[in-house]
Amino acid sequence: MTTFRYASDQSLMVYLGEHINLDTHHRVLKLLRLLEAEPIPGVRNLHPAYNSILIVFDPVNQEHGNIERTIAMYLERLDDVKLPEPRTVEIPVVYDGPDLADVAALHSISPQRVVELHSSATYIVYFVGFVPGFAYLGGLPAELATPRLEAPRKRVPKGSVAIGGTHTGVYPFDTPGGWRLIGRTPVEIFDPDTTELSKLRIGDQVKFSPCP
Amino acid sequence: MPVIHVQSPGMFTTVQDLGRYGYGPIGVSPSGAADPTSLRIGNLLVGNPESHAALEMTLLGGTFVFPDGGQIALTGSDFGPAIDGAPIPMWTASRLQPGQTLKTGPTREGARCYLCVHGGIAVKHLLGSASTHILTGLGGFEGRQLKKGDVLSIGEGRAKALTIVPEVLERLKPRKHLRATVGPQTDWFSPESVRTFFDSAYTVTEESNRMGLRLEGPALDTPHSGQMTSEGVSLGAIQVPAGGKPIILFVEQQTTGGYPKIANVVSADLASIGQLRPRDEVHFELVGPESARALIREQERLIQKAVIAD
Repeated sequence: MTTFRYASDQSLMVYLGEHINLDTHHRVLKLLRLLEAEPIPGVRNLHPAYNSILIVFDPVNQEHGNIERTIAMYLERLDDVKLPEPRTVEIPVVYDGPDLADVAALHSISPQRVVELHSSATYIVYFVGFVPGFAYLGGLPAELATPRLEAPRKRVPKGSVAIGGTHTGVYPFDTPGGWRLIGRTPVEIFDPDTTELSKLRIGDQVKFSPCP
Repeated sequence: MPVIHVQSPGMFTTVQDLGRYGYGPIGVSPSGAADPTSLRIGNLLVGNPESHAALEMTLLGGTFVFPDGGQIALTGSDFGPAIDGAPIPMWTASRLQPGQTLKTGPTREGARCYLCVHGGIAVKHLLGSASTHILTGLGGFEGRQLKKGDVLSIGEGRAKALTIVPEVLERLKPRKHLRATVGPQTDWFSPESVRTFFDSAYTVTEESNRMGLRLEGPALDTPHSGQMTSEGVSLGAIQVPAGGKPIILFVEQQTTGGYPKIANVVSADLASIGQLRPRDEVHFELVGPESARALIREQERLIQKAVIAD
């Protein structure tokens, strides 16, 4: 179920499942929790994702074999790790994105129906990656799954709420992006002046609430 | 606090140190100096801890006035530095008297020159680092590249300047022949593509920056149309998106990505990437895990021996 892969001379990839699902997500959360509570000496960074964690370490003082042996011990304890109740974060959204009409048309529903569907679901943060604070949210209603734009935009405005494939997310900064923009939030998604920094964290539950 | 006045910033100048680690779970990549070897040695030359913040200049250097004077060292690419018109050597601590001006020009070779100052560049740390992250406008000096009229503070220095050991420095010279190990998806590519990648010359394109270097050269096959489940990506990973043109992920990289990676530049050659510039030709050589580990340990040993007390 768990496999290790050499990723570079300073990183080891740990795959905790083959598919994107809640079981695998919980294994990622539990291993991350252990790695944060009991850090392995020489480990410099952790990059959790849908079904994996990339472990980056100091190649001068650490080695793949040591890291792998320690993780194997953590994995034996995985079932005993208690995950806290997920936080629920509410994100207000003005649903006036430039792609809202297209998304509605592609599914032969009204824009109003897109808003109802998008704001009625409860999402989970599979992980935060790409840029600071960008949360990959699972739980998009199947009726809203929409392929990415063929030509990504060079600049997606900060705060844009978007759909990409079977996922949805909020752009924390002006960045390039290929997801379809259905709305925007006034909420600061990554704020270096707050202690929480990233509004959304791995494992959180997320609700979008429409603002008039 | 003594200051530096930016009379002209050069083409692209930012405050950098050795980067911020440990924020991968919220999507923050380390950033930091593109050529950390030069930054570390530059700091040691002016008596700083090797992790102090300095100015990273790119291709064309700036002009800086030191109203209170200061002690500096320039490392990395030779940008032809001069104090009040008199040339000064690279890789050497030099003193500016109050009111003197340091001028640097276009690169003579390589891409990046570091201006290290006794005491370091003092900016507010974000998540434990002074490094600028350009895409997000975080860290460094107001989260951006320097511009004319900026005033930078210099921190308090303690230790004495040191001297470079030229024979050791010679052995740390940047390379255009980069060693690389396999990456997590190397076996997804056809053996022909892997061979093509390691046998061919690739050219660094103009669309290259601190986030990544796009390479032009023989196209590689793209397994699964270049799509895969997004996962964490390593510094120096060589990813191959649809179209088959490789991209080296660099210091301001995204933390996760969804393209297969054919190889990964070894840790010992990451600093060399920071000295590549558009139109440079690069080659990749496959090395095993044991060689890669030996290379970084040898490099670390050399850096420790690169400076000595007078």
